[in-house]
Amino acid sequence: MPDVNRGKRPLSPFMLGPYYRLQITSVSSILTRITGLAMLVAALLIVWWLLAASAGPEAFERADGVLTSWIIDIVMTLSVLALWYHALAGLRHLYWDTGRGLEVATAERLGIAAMVGSVILTLITILLV
Amino acid sequence: MAYMTDRKRATGRGAAGSGTEHFWHMTVTSVALVILTPLFVFVVGPAIGKPYADVALHFANPFNAIVTALMLVVGFNHFRHGAQTAIEDYSDGLTRKALVLATICISYAAMATGLFALARLAL
Repeated sequence: MPDVNRGKRPLSPFMLGPYYRLQITSVSSILTRITGLAMLVAALLIVWWLLAASAGPEAFERADGVLTSWIIDIVMTLSVLALWYHALAGLRHLYWDTGRGLEVATAERLGIAAMVGSVILTLITILLV
Repeated sequence: MAYMTDRKRATGRGAAGSGTEHFWHMTVTSVALVILTPLFVFVVGPAIGKPYADVALHFANPFNAIVTALMLVVGFNHFRHGAQTAIEDYSDGLTRKALVLATICISYAAMATGLFALARLAL
């Protein structure tokens, strides 16, 4: 049957909420995507910081001042949380790719594990780094 | 080649025309990042916020410089392909093409900038 509604269908992230009840599986999935994209900000900041360090002390002072400011400190801390979450969720995907862990109960447990695990790893990172 | 049918040429290559290449690329970079991520966090992390002399010395260390270089190359490649999937899910037509092109440009520009800075710091 031809799809008469082509191009006007609701897309996946906008289905969450109004059309679909939020579930651990869908929320943990969209979080993987959001964290992956959001880390670009921290990545570009670190690249800028590296470039500034290679350019000399004056340029470094400027970049260092920005990176150690409280607002960027919050951005970097959230990015560490995003990094650990994305890493654990990625491990889950690698496990799924072997054909294992796809039962709903297991998938939900793995999602919770990634969320709790990323908070724990972030706390460890804050303590150690 | 002259004897190959259109069907034979298309088999296994899918709608994107490149088969499972994208998926395999994500798998390879994911596995690499499982190792690189903790290394990067505990190698580069402590240097952020340190004074200039310490940072310069930090990246003069071969291990630190190599881990950072690998993270730049693998990380931005992983980002490029992952972001492409997200873009392709939510947009189409010219917008999609423009966004994918922009993602590729940003990823390679950041990768090259980071590697250049590292080379100048490390050598």
